[in-house]
Amino acid sequence: MNRSELVEAVATRANLPKKQAEIAVNTIFDSMTEALANGHRVEIRGFGSFTNRNYGSYTGRNPKTGDAVKVPPKRLPFFKVGKELRERVDEEADG
Amino acid sequence: MTKADIVENVYDKLGVFSKKESSAIVEAVFDVIKDTLADGEKIKISGFGNFVVREKQERIGRNPKTGDQIKITARRVLTFKPSQVLKTALNS
Repeated sequence: MNRSELVEAVATRANLPKKQAEIAVNTIFDSMTEALANGHRVEIRGFGSFTNRNYGSYTGRNPKTGDAVKVPPKRLPFFKVGKELRERVDEEADG
Repeated sequence: MTKADIVENVYDKLGVFSKKESSAIVEAVFDVIKDTLADGEKIKISGFGNFVVREKQERIGRNPKTGDQIKITARRVLTFKPSQVLKTALNS
């Protein structure tokens, strides 16, 4: 399911015009992106939490040429699934 | 940031719904996402990232405290792969 399919499904479930469902979906992901970019953690009960993880710089290698390249320190988002969703994913899916 | 902060933003952006209605809309978004993932289907949000359900095989693990070998059963787990856009937003 992609962003536009999610918008359609939300419009149906919440009985909303598609335009408003789209604004809601976009606002949710924009809010979470902004919070993480500002260094805050995001916690959604029943879903999971997002935190930033800091990684130091290291010397990597260009896999094509074998040249050593210095990788600068970076910050990456990390998602920890909530207990309720973790259990549902493990138990309900039949694929 | 919690769900309440997100509800506040959605309330401001939509402008035509009450706080309670805005809260129900935010719940609907997460409910659709959770139901879809529980069915084993992935969620791909361009500009944010992908939530993917992965099948893990049974494997032998170890209790880090006692060193005892224990069998870790096969299971389905949810993984999140951030998009390049999100990674860039965190490092600019």
